Amino acid sequence: MTAVAQGAARSRRRRWIEQATGLGFALPALALLFLTILLPLAVLLYLSMTNYEFGAISADWVGLANFQKALGDPIIRRSVVNTLVYVAVVVPGGVFGALLIAILVHGRRRTRSFYEVIYFLPVTSTLIAMATVWQFLLHPALGPVNAVLRSLGFGQIAFLSEPTTALPTLAVIGIWQLLGFNMILFLAGLSAIPRDLYEAAEIDGASNPIDRFLTITWPLLGPTTMFVIVTTMITAFKIFDTVAVMTRGGPMGTTEVLLYNIYLEGFQYFHTGYAAALTFIFLAFILVFSVAQTFTLDKKVHY
Amino acid sequence: MATVGLQSIAKSFGATKVLGGVDLSIADGEFLTLVGPSGCGKSTLIRIIAGLETQDSGSVAIGGLGVDHMRPHERRVAMVFQSYALYPHMSVRSNIAVPLTMSRMTMRQRLPLVRLMSRSRREIMRGIDADVAAVAAQLQLEHLLDRRPAQLSGGQRQRVALGRAMVRNPDVFLMDEPLSNLDAKLRVHMRTELAELHKRLGVTFIYVTHDQIEAMTMSDRVAMMDAGEILQLGKPSELYDLPASIKVAQFIGSPAINLLPATVGPGGRVELFGRPLARAVEEPAGSAVTLGIRAEALSIGQADPGHGARASFSARLRRKENLGSEFILHFDLAGPDASGVTMRATPASAALVQESSEVTLTFDEGLCHVFNSAGRRLEARDGSSRNTIVSLKAWP
Repeated sequence: MTAVAQGAARSRRRRWIEQATGLGFALPALALLFLTILLPLAVLLYLSMTNYEFGAISADWVGLANFQKALGDPIIRRSVVNTLVYVAVVVPGGVFGALLIAILVHGRRRTRSFYEVIYFLPVTSTLIAMATVWQFLLHPALGPVNAVLRSLGFGQIAFLSEPTTALPTLAVIGIWQLLGFNMILFLAGLSAIPRDLYEAAEIDGASNPIDRFLTITWPLLGPTTMFVIVTTMITAFKIFDTVAVMTRGGPMGTTEVLLYNIYLEGFQYFHTGYAAALTFIFLAFILVFSVAQTFTLDKKVHY
Repeated sequence: MATVGLQSIAKSFGATKVLGGVDLSIADGEFLTLVGPSGCGKSTLIRIIAGLETQDSGSVAIGGLGVDHMRPHERRVAMVFQSYALYPHMSVRSNIAVPLTMSRMTMRQRLPLVRLMSRSRREIMRGIDADVAAVAAQLQLEHLLDRRPAQLSGGQRQRVALGRAMVRNPDVFLMDEPLSNLDAKLRVHMRTELAELHKRLGVTFIYVTHDQIEAMTMSDRVAMMDAGEILQLGKPSELYDLPASIKVAQFIGSPAINLLPATVGPGGRVELFGRPLARAVEEPAGSAVTLGIRAEALSIGQADPGHGARASFSARLRRKENLGSEFILHFDLAGPDASGVTMRATPASAALVQESSEVTLTFDEGLCHVFNSAGRRLEARDGSSRNTIVSLKAWP
């Protein structure tokens, strides 16, 4: 046995120990990932291919029948459209509204923290409790909003029971709920922009607010904006609580959204297999949009 | 090209006074350096000239015109920042083009989407591209035009910042510590490059630095600042050879000037370690003064009677520093303050002394400076009728 061979054996042993240690550290996270995400996903996939009903002892394999049914179901199609309309209103409103507020709040010196707290308050409250408050505020006869409208000479509007206004009203509440959180994210992004860039821009002639915004603020907020858009979109897709508390999908199905339909199928009608298939469609939507955004926006923000 | 005039500029941030009435007039095409320790107000002053900061009182004139009411870009000044302040999301080309885009295009031609409707835009863009290319050629940036600042080295970023400043043909260049983020070797190189650029462009440069070597090597005139005041304004050689105060003498020159406590004896003769020197000042006898001796004014060995007034004292060598072409020798004194002196020596004369050995140091009295207790320079004259050699022994 030579020294070289001994050395080789020792280094092999050390490599093995290193690998085992690495694996040991990764194992808990791996196990949790499997138990909390991958396993439920596999169960969901299995359920979506059966006609399992909540509480039943057994279920029959139906293949893709649930997905076929979902694609042909006019109620589901309507709820998908409603969800997309809701997202299309909430994302621009929640992102650009928050950006505007963040820029205004960022310009404050002494009152900045005051405004931060005010705008952040909706985030700290429970949406279900706040939905009840909104219901009262928007009540056609008792609510202060309609009282103001009446005193200004407009007729009263039944915001939540009129088919044309119900979904936009929910979208406004959704924006209200999101503004504070997005504003904080944008404020963090704004604080990270070095001050001498603005000074250089000032000397280079970009001195009016629009030039300053287009030359520096907007491009340098790119990464923040991308993050805010993706999180806002996912949150908007998940709209459920305001629908469940305030409209229950009405009036005339104009506020039926995907998640609410899943809830109805799964927990009201106990069509667990069908609900599982709908959940898969929902996941696919979120995935497609997030991936598309990450790729298109990512191209513009790298520097 | 323009002169710059500052008239009693004062500025305070809250309760802190930063500038206390600064007057300064800078000639057309001059390279003027504002130098001083950090917090002396030099950066604030240059930012006031740029218009990034508003003075509390006083006025700024560029080219003889008051500019106090003007926004920075209307003052026809360009500024290079310590951090370079390049726009990180733009290519080098776009970075340099920004000042031109802002000045040559209307708001409608700059707005995204809306600009597609403008027909003259393409024409203007061609002009801008040509000007950017010309500046890039001057700074050897042509091959970097499509890179982003993050892909450049410190020296290249520095040149892009210079290019962005040059492209508008400004009347005045303002530079706020532009070299302090570079490594030592590149700094020396950029010093030459900046001085050459100044010569080529012939416009007024106002340069802020805390590095006295940059001030000495590049400037036509130097304004040494401290605590919001200009202590001395003059050619680099004037600041070095005739410092107006102890603060200037200490700041300018490396290694720092040696300061020795001395007193004034009868007839105004300055006494060092109790022995009278040939130099005399107009101060009452018995008052304390400080003697400033540059490191190169000292030499080793007994005074040579043939060479004017030289004084000597003895000291013990603590440490030799080898700089290659020369040595810096650190000596201990045995005076009541037990301070030390540093001296510049050629390798040959440094080889003659050993560490912790005792030697006699002499200095040329004509080259030493006398400061009063307030730190002001005192005019020294020859106080002895004859050229005496004063020999004194400080070491017991």
